[in-house]
Amino acid sequence: MDFLQEFSDPELCRALVAQLVEECTEPFRFMEVCGTHTVAIFRSGLRSLLPDTIIHVSGPGCPVCVTHESEVELYLEMACRRDTVTATFGDLMKVPGAGGSCLKTAQAEGAHVEIVYSPFDALALARKYPDKKVVFLGIGFETTAPTIAATIKMAREQKIDNFLVLSFHKLVPPALRALLDDPEIGVDGFLLPGHVSTIIGLEPYRFLADDYGIPGAVAGFDPLDVLKGLLAIVRMKNEGKPAVTNEYRRAVSDQGNPTAVAIMEEVFEPADALWRGIGSIPGSGLVFREDWKDFDAAAVLGLEQKPAKPLPGCKCGDVLKGKIRPDECPLFKKRCTPATPVGPCMVSTEGSCAAYFKYHIES
Amino acid sequence: MDKLLLDAGSGGLASHRLVADLFLKYFDNPVLAAMNDAAFLEGDPQGRPMAMSTDSYTVDPPEFPGGNIGSLAIHGTVNDVAMLGAEPRWLTCAFILEEGLDMAFLERVVQAMGKAAADAGVIIAAGDTKVVPRGAVDKIFINTTGVGPILVDPAPMGHRAAPGDAVLLSGSVGDHGLTVLGRREGLSFEADVQSDSAALNRVVKDLVTELPEVHVLRDPTRGGLATTLNEIAGQSSTVVRVEEKDIPISPAVVAGCSFLGLDPLYLANEGKLLCFLPEEHCDKALEIMRRHEVGQGAVRIGSVIDPKEATYGRAGQVVLTTNLGGSRLLSMLEGEQLPRIC
Repeated sequence: MDFLQEFSDPELCRALVAQLVEECTEPFRFMEVCGTHTVAIFRSGLRSLLPDTIIHVSGPGCPVCVTHESEVELYLEMACRRDTVTATFGDLMKVPGAGGSCLKTAQAEGAHVEIVYSPFDALALARKYPDKKVVFLGIGFETTAPTIAATIKMAREQKIDNFLVLSFHKLVPPALRALLDDPEIGVDGFLLPGHVSTIIGLEPYRFLADDYGIPGAVAGFDPLDVLKGLLAIVRMKNEGKPAVTNEYRRAVSDQGNPTAVAIMEEVFEPADALWRGIGSIPGSGLVFREDWKDFDAAAVLGLEQKPAKPLPGCKCGDVLKGKIRPDECPLFKKRCTPATPVGPCMVSTEGSCAAYFKYHIES
Repeated sequence: MDKLLLDAGSGGLASHRLVADLFLKYFDNPVLAAMNDAAFLEGDPQGRPMAMSTDSYTVDPPEFPGGNIGSLAIHGTVNDVAMLGAEPRWLTCAFILEEGLDMAFLERVVQAMGKAAADAGVIIAAGDTKVVPRGAVDKIFINTTGVGPILVDPAPMGHRAAPGDAVLLSGSVGDHGLTVLGRREGLSFEADVQSDSAALNRVVKDLVTELPEVHVLRDPTRGGLATTLNEIAGQSSTVVRVEEKDIPISPAVVAGCSFLGLDPLYLANEGKLLCFLPEEHCDKALEIMRRHEVGQGAVRIGSVIDPKEATYGRAGQVVLTTNLGGSRLLSMLEGEQLPRIC
């Protein structure tokens, strides 16, 4: 069987769905933390196959969605400077600032913005434009932070002094703790992000079970992975033995990737960070360590994060916390569509509002 | 001369040399060779209605595995005309060229156009050339317009999709889009992907002459299969249901899309067609399509459903039955697909 299709095998999926129907006898709210899970569940049609007892809630695991309004404003302002080239992953291009502008509109007005596939591409841009500061937008979770840290180290080794990173990285475990501290959330279990877990392993999630009695399963992104993760959580619930398990062993080792973590920790250190819709979460961001400040775009360019108000009417925060479904937001499909996004959950391909808009069949 | 000079767009001798030495060499036909201000077209002796279509081609990179901007400009317009159940006969082509353009490159483009036109059985009957200063265009823009008689009455059109129609696709999707994107980003994939750029007029001619019952013909170019199906569902106010397991996608495209975070159902195709026709003619239509090299991979991918009878979906929507047997919307492409963070 083709490796790519092996984990979408319809027969095996049907068998797992049947097992879920049998074993999940009480209503159960699970949150898939990662945006890629959200899309995978919709795209594969799993959502229409899961039993009614399983209530599916999207969490704060889309890096674009959780980028705070003030961070968007700051990088938009930076992108408009004549002395900078902004290098970014594609999905940030359409994220609107408070005034409705975004990197795409800034580009149309003359800002030099380049879409890259890897931070190493941004380093190549720095070599190409020696007279400009090339700033890579460091947005993402533990998945991308080590590669960006490695790029920064390479820039130092190669004495490339016009390469900078604007670090708005966020860390997943502190956000989960913040969610669980909110009495309104009411999540019974977490489908934990496969990509992030390849780096950090299982240990950073242990508090879910130990401190809050909530089970979690690290899961991959193919339908079988998702179903396997859900079944593991349901069984832990039924047995009353919450734990954190690894259901994605072909990609994730329990220890994670210590080399990647070490590189990330060499360049960055944790700090409080602002999350859109959630607010400040202690220790949930990554800032440059003192030794590496010469690559910190905010410090080198003197950029200052200013308070920014949430977009009026936008309920992305409640969506990210799983308090409402996307279609319960009054702006959904009205003022807020992928063509005219009000909030980032509708902008990002991994955002739950965009997934709802794109894949959900209204009944 | 190995670089194009602004003089070549002056209208003077330099222009004439470009036309005579390059364009006429590869577009050789009596209508163009007459070199009048307009083409004299003999017209259609049966007095049938004509189809006309125009399109401008800009592609980065202009040369890619499976073709170049020249062959694409011929195939694209030939196919657009053909999709009305017509036989494209004449094309015009207008070039906007950048000063300093490499002449060997231009010759490869023009040569490919000449060959593509000859293979499709159309002639390039008129043309225009502008040369603009360096930087005013990105190397080369080509506009082509095509004209030809419509072979069947009523002509196949989007609004004619009707409940009970079978939805047929002539082959795998995503090849062109992934090839161009891969080249643009300098990516190489495990297995080679190649553009499917090809003329579809001969398969269309056989389809509509042997099966006048064809309701819709459409080539899923930009926006891909998903967007084209949505256009047809919208025009006909029906629900189109397609089966994911039946949509052919090459393993190389699946792998490349997975790597880049793209959906092959939204990638452009340049040599594929969708055919909607009443269920009972499905097998015959597949047999006709498979007769042609460009239709070797023809398959049925779905059906048209009356919105009142649809379990899922409303009028104008496309519903995909996934490989797992679940149902979800297959919506239109919104803007361009962009690479994502993780």
